[in-house]
Amino acid sequence: MFLADAAIDTRFASISNDLIYSAMAVFLLAFLAYACEWTFGGRSRIARQSAALAGKAGSSVADTVAEAERTAADAGKAPTVAVTVTRAGGGTTTLTRTVAAKAGSVDVVTRGDAAPPVDGVGASGGDERADRLGRIAVSLTTLAVLLDLGAVIARGISAHRPPWGNLYEFTCAMTVVAGLLFVGLLAARKNVRWMGLPLTFGALVGLGIAVTEFYTASEQLVPALHSYWLWIHVSGAMICGGALYAGGIAAVLFFVKDVHESRKAQDPAKAVGWWADVMDRLPAAATLDKWSYRINAFVFPLWTFTIIAGAIWAEAAWGHYWEWDPTETWAFITWVAYACYLHARATAGWKGRKAAVLVFIAFACYLFNAYGVSIFINGKHSYAGV
Amino acid sequence: MTTDGRTAEERTPEEQTGEKTADERAAERLSSAPVDDSELDAGSGAGGAAGIGFVGWIRWGWRQLTSMRTALILLFLLSLAAVPGSLVPQVSASPTNVAAFVTKHHTLAPIYQKLGLFHVYSSFWFSAIYILLFVSLAGCIVPRTWQFVGVLRSAPPAAPRHLVRLPVYATWRSRGADSEQTLAAAETLLRRRRFRVARSGDAITSEKGYLREVGNLLFHISLFGMLIAFAFSKLFGGMGTVVVIEGKAFSNNVSQYDDFMPSTFYTGDDLTPFGFKLDKFEASYQASGPQMGNPTMFQANVSYWLGTDPTKTKNAVVQENHPLEVDGSNVYLTAHGYAPVFQVTDAKGDVIYNGPTPCLPQDSNLSSTCAIKVNDGYVDNQGNATQIGLSGIFTPTAATDPASIRTMGPHSVFPDLADPEIYVNAYHGDLGDNSGAPQSIYELDTKHMTQYKLDGQPLTFALKPGQGFKLPSGGTVTFTSVQQWANFTVATNPGSSWALLSSMAAVLGLIGSLFVQRRRIWVRAVTAEDGTTVVELAGLARSESARIAEELAALALDLQDTAPADETAVTDEPDTVAAGTTPKE
Ligand code: HEM
Repeated sequence: MFLADAAIDTRFASISNDLIYSAMAVFLLAFLAYACEWTFGGRSRIARQSAALAGKAGSSVADTVAEAERTAADAGKAPTVAVTVTRAGGGTTTLTRTVAAKAGSVDVVTRGDAAPPVDGVGASGGDERADRLGRIAVSLTTLAVLLDLGAVIARGISAHRPPWGNLYEFTCAMTVVAGLLFVGLLAARKNVRWMGLPLTFGALVGLGIAVTEFYTASEQLVPALHSYWLWIHVSGAMICGGALYAGGIAAVLFFVKDVHESRKAQDPAKAVGWWADVMDRLPAAATLDKWSYRINAFVFPLWTFTIIAGAIWAEAAWGHYWEWDPTETWAFITWVAYACYLHARATAGWKGRKAAVLVFIAFACYLFNAYGVSIFINGKHSYAGV
Repeated sequence: MTTDGRTAEERTPEEQTGEKTADERAAERLSSAPVDDSELDAGSGAGGAAGIGFVGWIRWGWRQLTSMRTALILLFLLSLAAVPGSLVPQVSASPTNVAAFVTKHHTLAPIYQKLGLFHVYSSFWFSAIYILLFVSLAGCIVPRTWQFVGVLRSAPPAAPRHLVRLPVYATWRSRGADSEQTLAAAETLLRRRRFRVARSGDAITSEKGYLREVGNLLFHISLFGMLIAFAFSKLFGGMGTVVVIEGKAFSNNVSQYDDFMPSTFYTGDDLTPFGFKLDKFEASYQASGPQMGNPTMFQANVSYWLGTDPTKTKNAVVQENHPLEVDGSNVYLTAHGYAPVFQVTDAKGDVIYNGPTPCLPQDSNLSSTCAIKVNDGYVDNQGNATQIGLSGIFTPTAATDPASIRTMGPHSVFPDLADPEIYVNAYHGDLGDNSGAPQSIYELDTKHMTQYKLDGQPLTFALKPGQGFKLPSGGTVTFTSVQQWANFTVATNPGSSWALLSSMAAVLGLIGSLFVQRRRIWVRAVTAEDGTTVVELAGLARSESARIAEELAALALDLQDTAPADETAVTDEPDTVAAGTTPKE
C-alpha cells in the first residue's frame, strides 16, 4: 500500500488538476444560479409582504387539519382506513391500508403549540422562473460535486495512496464531503435548498484557497504519514470538517433568521424590504436550529472518534497517545467547544442564539486547528505540506 | 423550566404556567437531567436567602456546582484555558524552545513563569478547572444514575388525565371492540415495537429509548475512565531518548539514555533489561520533482535481545509508525542524522581520537552542525597537553553554486549522501567539560578556546571523506567517512489500553445519547354505555424527534384491526384543534 518506490502517475495527477478547475467553474455557475434564484424570487416580494401583514400568508394549523380531513374523505372511497399525519410546513402524509372490517379514518394531530414551525416559501418565493433557476443550480451543484469527487479520486490513483496527504488535498476532499452531504440530503427529499448558496460559496472559497495557497504536486508521502491511520484519522477529520461547515451555515442562518423573527414579532411593519423578504423565504428559525443541531450532533461522535484515532496513531508514531501537541490541543478545544454547544442546547436560558454563537466559536476552532495550527504553529504534525 | 432538552413548543401550557399535576409532570420528564437551579431555588427557597445557615450554604454551593449552567461555564473555561498552551512553548514539549523564549523575552518570561504558562497542562488553574468540572460531573451523574435505576425499576409513568393535551394525539370511536380488547391489542402492538409497557387504570402506558439515558450516563462515566487512565499513565509511565550510531548498541538503563524522563512510580529501577544494536539505518528521498528531497522511507535495522545477554539476538526493523515492542516497552524511531568519523593524531603521530560524532540536522536537506571534541590525549609540538575542538557544518550533498554559498553559507542541497562535505574550524584550549555546566554535544563552547589561525586568518577547511589537514600545533585531523545515527524513544505507557477502552465506551455512549430518541406513548380506551369505545392515543418525545407523529400514526393504523374507527369521536376538550374521524360507509 505504501510502496516507497511506487511511481507517481502524472497523467492522473494532471487529470485531477483539470477536474478541480472544472469543478470550480461549475461551482461558480451554480453559485450564480442560486444568487439569481434568490434575486428573482424577490420579485413578488411586495405582494407577499402585504399579504403577510394582513395576516393571510402561511398555512395555519386549522387549514392544515381541514385539508387533512378533505384528503381523508377522498381516501374514504376505497375500503381502506387512513391515518393522516400533519407534517412540517403544513404537508400531510396519509398512511392507508385495507382492513376487513368497516373502515374509517383517523387524524394524528400535533398540538397547536407543538406543531411544526411554518417555514418560508423558499428561495424562489413561489416564482416559477426563479424556481427553474434553483433547479438548474441544484443540477450544477451535483455536477460540480461529481467533478470534485473525480478530482480527488484521480489524485488518489496518481499517488497510490489516500488522496488527503496534505492541506491541498485535505481541503479539496473536504469540499467534496460538504457537497455530497448537501446533494445527499436533497436526494433524500429534505428541504435544504436554502443551503445551496452558502455551500457553493464555501466550496469556491475552499477550492480557491487550496489551489492558490496550498497547492502541492501529487507526490508520495513523508514516512510520518505511512500508516493506515491516515485512512481513518484524516478522513474522519475531513468528513467532520465538511459536515461541520454545513452545520455552521445552518447556525448562521438560524441566528439571522431568529433576529428577524423577533424583530418581526415586535413590529411587523418594520420587517419589510429586501432583507426581510430574503429572511421570510428562509425556513423558520426553529427548523434551521434543528438542522444545525442535527448536523453538529451527528458529527460530534465522529469527531470524538477522530481524536481517539489520532491518539492511537500518536502512540504508534511518537510513543505518547496524548502530549498536548498544538494540533491535539486544538482538536481538544474544538471538541470541548462542541460539547459546550450540546450542553447549551439542553440548558434553559442557553438555547437559541447563545447556543448558535457557541457553534460559531466551535467551528472557528475547527478551522484554526485544520489551517491555523498547520501554518502558524510548529508542532509535531508534519501535515501541511506548505 | 426543566432542563430536559425540549423546546418551548413541546411544553404543555400547564407546564409553562407552572400548574401541572404530579402525574403530568412525571409524564413530561423524559430525561433525568438535573433541574435548573432557578426552579429548585423557587421550590426550596434556598436561593441565597439569609438565614439558611452553614449547611444551607453548602447545599446551595453544591447545587450551583452541579447545575447544568456551571457545567457549561466550566466546559467553556476548559477550552479557553487550553489555548495558551498551544501558543506559548511548553516545557513538556520542548525545554529548548522554552529556554530560547526566556532568553529572548526578558519582561514577559518571568510573568509567564509565575502564571505557569510554560507548563499550562499541569498548572494550578488548568487543574482547578478540570477538577471542578469532574466534581461537578460526579455530582451530576451519581444522582442521575440512581434516578435512572429508579425509573427502570418502576413502571412507566401513569397516563396523564388529559391525553389530548399532549403534543401528539389521535382519537376515534369504535364499535368493533370493547376497552379490554383494545387495550390488550395495544399492549401487544407496543410490546412488538419493543416498548416497555404497563397498565395504568383505563390506559396503557409505555416508554421506549432508555438507551439514550444509558448512553448519556455511559458517556459521562467514561470521561472519568479516561481521566483515571490518563493520570495512571502519567504516574506509572516514563520514557527516555537515546541517539545510537550505526554499529553501536544500547542497553536499557538510565546511564545509557541521553535524556530520561521518569515519573512518580517509574524510575530507573523499573527499567526492564533489554538492549539493541543499530545495524544499519536506511533512508530514501524523492530524487526529483517539486518535492525533491522529501523523505519517502526511513528505517532502522536493529538486532535486539531480552534480558542481559546480548548474544541471543533477534532482528527487527523499526520505522516511523512501527515501533518495536520489547517486554512492555516500545522503541520508536524519532529522528535521524549523520555522524562524520574523524581521526585525530597528536604531534607525535599517535592516533588519539577516532570515531563518529552525531551532528544535529538544521534543515530538511540535513545541513547539520557538529562539534567534535577531543578531550584528552592531545599533546602539541611543545609537549603541552591541551584539548582540541572542531566545530563543523556537515552537508550530505554540498551546495556548489558559489552565489548561494555566499548568501547562505555552506549548506546541503539534498538529504542523501551524494556529495558529503564538512566545513570545519579548529580550536584549542579548554572545552569547558569540567566546569560542571551542562553541555550540548552538538555545540562547541569556545569561551575558553582559541581558534587556530594561519597568517592571521582563521583556519577553515572544506573536507571530503578521506581528506584532512595538519594542525599548526602538530598532528593531523582527517575526515575519514560518514555514518548515520538514529534517535530512539523508549516509552512505557501503562494504562493506555484503559484509555482506549473508556474512550471507545464514550463514543458508544455518545451514539446512544445523541441518536436514540426516548419517547412515551399512551393508549386509553373507555367503553361507554352505548357500547362504543373511545380510543385515545398520545405521544411525547424530545424535540429532535419528528418521528413521534408517524410512530403514533402507524400504531393507530395497526389498532384498526381490533378497534376500527367508524364514527366521529366527540372530544371534550374545547381548546384543541379539530381532531376527529370521518364517517364512512
Ligand atoms: C467533563 C466534561 C463534559 C463533557 C465533555 C460533556 C459532554 C456532553 C455531551 C457531548 C452531551 C451531549 C449528549 C446529549 O445531548 O444527550 C452531554 C449531555 C449532558 N451532559 Fe455533559 N459533559 C460534561 C460534563 C457534564 C457535567 C459536569 C454535567 C452535570 C452538571 C453534565 C450533564 C449533562 C446532561 C444532563 C446531559 C444531557 C442533556 C440532555 O438530556 O439532553 N455534563 N454532555
